[in-house]
Amino acid sequence: MSIALDPAAMSAAIDRLAAQIFSAADGEAIDLIGIRSRGDEVAERVFVKLVERGAQARLGFLDISLYRDDYEHLSSNPTLQSSSIDFPIDGSHIVLVDDVIFTGRTIRAALDALFDYGRPAKVDLAVLIDRGHREIPVEPRFVGEQLKTDRMDRVDVSLEKIDGKDAVEIITQ
Amino acid sequence: MARKDFLDIVSLDRAEIIHLLDQAVPFKDLFTRSVKKVPALKGKTVLMLFYEPSTRTLSSFEVAAKRLSADVTIFDVPHSSVTKGESVRDTIDTLQAMRADYIVVRHRLSGQPAAIARQTNASVINAGDGAHAHPTQALLDAFTLREVYPELPGRKVVIMGDILHSRVARSTSTILDKLGVEVAFCGPGSLVPKTRFKRFTNYNEAMTWGPDAVYQLRVQKERQDAPFYPSDREYHSVYGITEDRLKEISDKGIYVMHPGPINRGVELCDAVLDYKRCLISQQVENGIAARMAVLFGLKPDLKNEPS
Repeated sequence: MSIALDPAAMSAAIDRLAAQIFSAADGEAIDLIGIRSRGDEVAERVFVKLVERGAQARLGFLDISLYRDDYEHLSSNPTLQSSSIDFPIDGSHIVLVDDVIFTGRTIRAALDALFDYGRPAKVDLAVLIDRGHREIPVEPRFVGEQLKTDRMDRVDVSLEKIDGKDAVEIITQ
Repeated sequence: MARKDFLDIVSLDRAEIIHLLDQAVPFKDLFTRSVKKVPALKGKTVLMLFYEPSTRTLSSFEVAAKRLSADVTIFDVPHSSVTKGESVRDTIDTLQAMRADYIVVRHRLSGQPAAIARQTNASVINAGDGAHAHPTQALLDAFTLREVYPELPGRKVVIMGDILHSRVARSTSTILDKLGVEVAFCGPGSLVPKTRFKRFTNYNEAMTWGPDAVYQLRVQKERQDAPFYPSDREYHSVYGITEDRLKEISDKGIYVMHPGPINRGVELCDAVLDYKRCLISQQVENGIAARMAVLFGLKPDLKNEPS
């Protein structure tokens, strides 16, 4: 096991994400939607940074459990959490936020879920960590930190509110 | 490890019940979206096997399964080979060969869904068996009550009517009890069995007990060979919610529930349906969410699928 990011490095990665999203928006409104769970906390922290910069931003959360493609391999189905998107997404510019991008399958599921809420004008993807090894053609536009990993490694992201600490660890199998 | 079947409330522990009730919340949230459907059970087959007539429960399960993207087939028993003398056992073998993933069963015999569950790898859901159980009704009742009283322990519910012949009374009292709700039964002496729950035979005494909700059962005219009461009007005046009683219910802020379909002028007067604490239409809507949670929570036994 090795610590890939300590709390200071994570904080810097979130700052970088916010800065990229802020400058790309160029004064337009930003609708962040965090993917549960952990993408929601990353989105919340990016949201705070955006508001500090004076951006006009809104925040929503998306649970994608009902859109996964791997139920057959689970001994019991995932516990659902509520999605909460309190603004109309038709015609809006959405930035989906997740903690880690790996195979890309979660993002596919998130896009399916999102489009059942309406028809956004544009969707971008922001991730705290890109660990590579994509299985489908999905690429993030905004990345906090790139990590070189082995396909079999596990990347564990801990976040202050949900896990009680900030850390990114790589666990070699 | 998830359960294969959903047959009764008795065999669920409190944690499992709370989990199902919690899971039903995000399903209900879907109903306000423009697209009410999710792909969770895409490609799965749900078979409805109803040996007793039912419109509400059947369509509630059908809507629930379709909102999960499952394919639904209604095995139309009155027109099927069952009337040609096929046994339940042979019917299940037929359904097994169709590779149903979920079978929703209603039968007039208590225990029939459990017998079917032992015979098939599919997940079996009891949609009502004899006077035994109606567990999805119980789940939607508990969900509905929990929406108005998020803290259920210590709340009081009186279930009123023909308790003896009612699977709704049996399952709903069991789930409420497991959730810490105080339950009482009220009805004609011959139709209220002696249980560990409080027992009333007089409407006013039951109301003096101070219930937070009155759960009126449906008078099941089709199930009674000989009527247990002289007339509808008589039943209404003795155990029904009349206009006068509605005023008392309203003054005390008591909720009214009913499993449907209602007999107007028997269990309830017309005005109850416009009463602001009448939960009957919420029960119908919540039934779909509760059944989605049940379907999503079960795991058919795929490993032992016949080749």
